[in-house]
Amino acid sequence: MSIDRRDFIKIAGITALSGAGGFSVLDKMLGEGLIEASETATEATSKKRWGMVIDVSKFKTEEDYKKVIEACHRTHNVPDLGNPKDEIKWIWTDTFEHTFPGQETDYMAESMKHKPFLMLCNHCEKPPCVRVCPTKATFKRPDGIVMMDYHRCIGCRFCMAACPFGARSFNWKDPRPALKSVNAEYPTRTKGVVEKCNFCADRIDKGLLPACVEASNGAMLFGDLNDPDSEVRKALGSHYAIRRKNELGTRPSVYYIIGGKENA
Amino acid sequence: MLDRVLTGSRRYWAWMGFLSLIIGLGVASYLYQFNYGLGITGLSRDVSWGLYIGQLTFFVGVAASAVMLVIPYYLHDYKKFGKIVILGEFLAIAAVTVCILFIFVDLGQPTRIMNVMLHPTPNSILFWDATVLNGYLFLNLVIGWATLSADYKGGRPPKWVKPLIYLSIPWAISIHTVTAFLYAGLPGRHFWLTAILAARFLASAFAGGPALLIVLALIVRKVSKFDPGTEAIQTLGKIVTYAMFLNVFFLGLELFTAFYSQIPGHTHPFKYLYVGLEGHSKLVPMMWISSILAIGSLAVLLNPKFRKNEAVLAVACISLFISLWIDKGFGLIVGGFVPNPFEGVTEYWPTLPEFLIACGVWAIGLLVLTALYKVAISVREETADVELEH
Repeated sequence: MSIDRRDFIKIAGITALSGAGGFSVLDKMLGEGLIEASETATEATSKKRWGMVIDVSKFKTEEDYKKVIEACHRTHNVPDLGNPKDEIKWIWTDTFEHTFPGQETDYMAESMKHKPFLMLCNHCEKPPCVRVCPTKATFKRPDGIVMMDYHRCIGCRFCMAACPFGARSFNWKDPRPALKSVNAEYPTRTKGVVEKCNFCADRIDKGLLPACVEASNGAMLFGDLNDPDSEVRKALGSHYAIRRKNELGTRPSVYYIIGGKENA
Repeated sequence: MLDRVLTGSRRYWAWMGFLSLIIGLGVASYLYQFNYGLGITGLSRDVSWGLYIGQLTFFVGVAASAVMLVIPYYLHDYKKFGKIVILGEFLAIAAVTVCILFIFVDLGQPTRIMNVMLHPTPNSILFWDATVLNGYLFLNLVIGWATLSADYKGGRPPKWVKPLIYLSIPWAISIHTVTAFLYAGLPGRHFWLTAILAARFLASAFAGGPALLIVLALIVRKVSKFDPGTEAIQTLGKIVTYAMFLNVFFLGLELFTAFYSQIPGHTHPFKYLYVGLEGHSKLVPMMWISSILAIGSLAVLLNPKFRKNEAVLAVACISLFISLWIDKGFGLIVGGFVPNPFEGVTEYWPTLPEFLIACGVWAIGLLVLTALYKVAISVREETADVELEH
């Protein structure tokens, strides 16, 4: 018996309406496309999905990274507590091996091996942190930004255990005394809550670029991943780019162009 | 019945006073943590859960183990457990109390704890964990109290208790399964991302909980006229042996998968725990103590001759309990955070105030347990020659 595509869709539709009803309930419960037919990006035309492309070849000196990190941490009142135990960071650098564990090889170019790579929250399409939060203090906006409500967070740190990217920091003590200057445009935090990069949601809503992107001199691109004509999509369409821990299926929105234009 | 808590020997009051002292120390340390923040603990950005959450996990197991008495007694009509089953149910109440307190002291913003109920989030396993733990506490309080007061008054417990008892059986399994799901569903934490975690949790719970109960039953017999029953204790010993064997077997399965596949992410946490990783080996001595105690106690328990000697049985049960306490109450949680998401190693060790807070929680658990056991013992002493009717 052969079955053509049309029939298949009909049968599939009926099955979905009847038998698979239980699955759709589960799907709703999990609040995200658990039963998705394909793992390719959804090309919703009306819906925005903010994304970032970091062109690592454009970061040349230590100063290039510092500018970006400082712009972020100043904008968001991220304190420098001076010790790794209490450390809070929204964007930072580490080696290739630590940024992309398992992707390193024995004979990598020294330049690549020791090059710093920027890391920040990936604003995953399927964020495990949102899935585990018991109070919805961390949630995903319709435009894909994973946000924190510092006033609802109970400080259980389940999200920190769930995030495979180490993107989240906890306020082990009152962070305010460690702030050298306070940006009144963004709230400071209290002890006992989790925080992380928010893709500068407040700036985006005003039509501005994220602070890090603005400070990066074109080394970081930001835009709508659902718009084929956006700058980020054009960059991704013409360069080889990778994401962190792609195999976990969280679908990060932050991409890295590793080789630069000449190696694409 | 409750008035029995307020009358007791000098030894009873000395014990309660001692516990209150420890609780006082714990409360003082907690106030320090409440004011300063969780920075007073040994926790960090990389190891963000530690002793508190480990102990929560371990005591959920102790609580769930009451089912090892409920099943034989109520489903299989194993009469020998008639007198001891109340000790299991009351142990469960104390253990769940400890669990809820360990969740509470671990929160960064404890005053917002009701947000879990005000903003119920079914996709969060922690929401379910809070729900099933509170439900289990309620079930055991109602069942324990209803059955004991029926004995006290010399009649049958009301009819509505039976369905609750049957409900408590799957409920006990659920509390530990849900607790395992806190960990087993997290992408990127290789140590926990294993389908056997819930099964391993249940096996270790059904070994550790009854082992503790054996020790408690022997103490009860020593300090009171209530004898939970030699045969009941022996049967519990068999349950401990089977469950511990399964637990060690399950751990072996984990080791095989990790080391035969040689996938680095799977082997790293085990290497960290048992031999050290990248020069970091803070947990290695503890994990070996745990392993030696596990094998040693199992070797003793497997031999019926040893098991029948109550002194030997007690030593084996204490060793087994300490072994599981280290393995599940500490190593399991820390191992999940090593290496961190960047393949780096950050070590963790509890601080003194953190340890004192934990001591305070354990002391509260023991205080609750002592008070409940005091009631149960008093009732049992008064109705020693009456045949139980439920």
